[in-house]
Amino acid sequence: MSSLSERILGAPAGEYIDRKVDRAYVHDGTGVLTLEAWKGMGARGLFDPSRISVIFDHIVPANNSTTATLQHELREYAKGSFLHFSDIGGGICHQCMSEGIVLPGEVVVGADSHSCTLGAFGAFATGVGATDMAAIWLTGETWFKVPQSIGVHLHGAIHGATEAKDVALTYVSQLGMDGGSYRALEFIGDGAGSLSLDERLLLCNLAVETGAKTGMFYADDVTVDYLARYGQSAEQQGTEPCDYVQELEIDLSDIVPLVAVPPRVDTVKPVRDIAGIPVDQVFVGTCTNGRYSDLARIARIVKGKKVAVRTIVVPASRETMREAIRTGVLTDLVEAGCSIGTPGCGPCLGAHMGVIGEGEVCLSTANRNFKNRMGIGGEIYLASVATAAATALEGEITEPGVP
Amino acid sequence: MRGESRAILLGADIDTDIVIAGRYLRTKDRRIWATHVFEDLDPHLAPRLLGAVIVAGKNFGCGSSREQAAIALKGAGVVAVVAPSFARIFFRNAINIGLPLIEADLECHDGTIVRFDLESGWVEAGGKRTRVRPLSPHMLDILRAGGLVEYWRVKR
Repeated sequence: MSSLSERILGAPAGEYIDRKVDRAYVHDGTGVLTLEAWKGMGARGLFDPSRISVIFDHIVPANNSTTATLQHELREYAKGSFLHFSDIGGGICHQCMSEGIVLPGEVVVGADSHSCTLGAFGAFATGVGATDMAAIWLTGETWFKVPQSIGVHLHGAIHGATEAKDVALTYVSQLGMDGGSYRALEFIGDGAGSLSLDERLLLCNLAVETGAKTGMFYADDVTVDYLARYGQSAEQQGTEPCDYVQELEIDLSDIVPLVAVPPRVDTVKPVRDIAGIPVDQVFVGTCTNGRYSDLARIARIVKGKKVAVRTIVVPASRETMREAIRTGVLTDLVEAGCSIGTPGCGPCLGAHMGVIGEGEVCLSTANRNFKNRMGIGGEIYLASVATAAATALEGEITEPGVP
Repeated sequence: MRGESRAILLGADIDTDIVIAGRYLRTKDRRIWATHVFEDLDPHLAPRLLGAVIVAGKNFGCGSSREQAAIALKGAGVVAVVAPSFARIFFRNAINIGLPLIEADLECHDGTIVRFDLESGWVEAGGKRTRVRPLSPHMLDILRAGGLVEYWRVKR
């Protein structure tokens, strides 16, 4: 039987197809090059402005006049072209697209590698580069090679101090940095149904760290209920047995808090094995772990205490931030000594708002710990929100306690 | 499309952050990317790339979708990149900006002369020829045009 990718793309694995896209989005980083390439193609129109989003998230607000000037040009174009535009403070592109825009069964392309995040809705969502995106602006289509699929069977339920992030690091370490290349990961099994939409977004987010084209969940009642909150009606996607090229079996109840040690996402160890390493900065946020549920979790742990090292918390979107204000989560974080940033990518890409210095160590909830990514000579450990919170309180890598 | 050039060897899992660091992305001045290419890997590498073929390990170009990585390599004068496998977004980006990629596990040293023919689908190092899967006619059209921007400009 067909995989979810094959069903959505309408062709068997291995085939090259030209496919109309339902949603296309860029951010301030890739949008500048996309606009330039699109102009270079001699283009005057957009295939369908209502399906194109421009979302400022990478360097928001601008860090210097060069960035500001580049952003100005894209902003002016976006504002005048009837396409969906989200200016600074609106949030991370993948998060904004997850707030009632992307629907099950859609083909979604983003000019960002973590566009695979949106496969959580049962959409076929993948990243492309700026020039590919320019051609999509022009024609509304692009070519795909229909991927083979890897079945990631999730069993049981997460418990204790473990989070979906630890599950994600588990599959990344099992597949390695290219173990999913050109393939789609399908998360299935009773454990998949037990996960919230936020947790599904997280699991799909890290798919690209294995080289995968996308990560996907079948739309079920959790998906339908989530979208209903945004006034969207959606239908469940029935699962059917499917021949996978590879299958992973993960028992969620076996997983303990984990950390990816620099400079690779697939070098994963239990937190307890490296506990005690001093850190200079803790960062909670990004398209991986910046959602309201993440902010609420760190707030629960640090409330009434003081963080021991500088701790930066960046909500994934304005919606996220608004909810954290409404429930008092933001107050708890500020009183515990955390710094709050403008909704967006924050310091994840090392461009601003929390760049680390030579020899410094950051414990981050993001998805990449490559050499020098957050600053020249700095090191990045990737972990869950609970591990980040425990580490922030102690000033050294610390295994989170059972909540 | 044929080429012949000396090899520069690199390791596996070269990510696009290491090709061009995030701190250099906010510009439209392509010379900046070419100048700072691989700076965090080896600050002396960029000037040696002019006219070279990069021969790397598996999963070249993984990580960020930044197209500046492919543009930086082409701008620095890289003729082609040969690797056993490429990360998929980098693969598309490279073809789209007119940088030839060749999927092959090539045995060679720094400075070995590498020859290739994209249409016929072979690459040769140290006199040993390896057959590779030819690029699709569509990809070859894009490369011949010099990239997807030029391809569309002519087509329209």
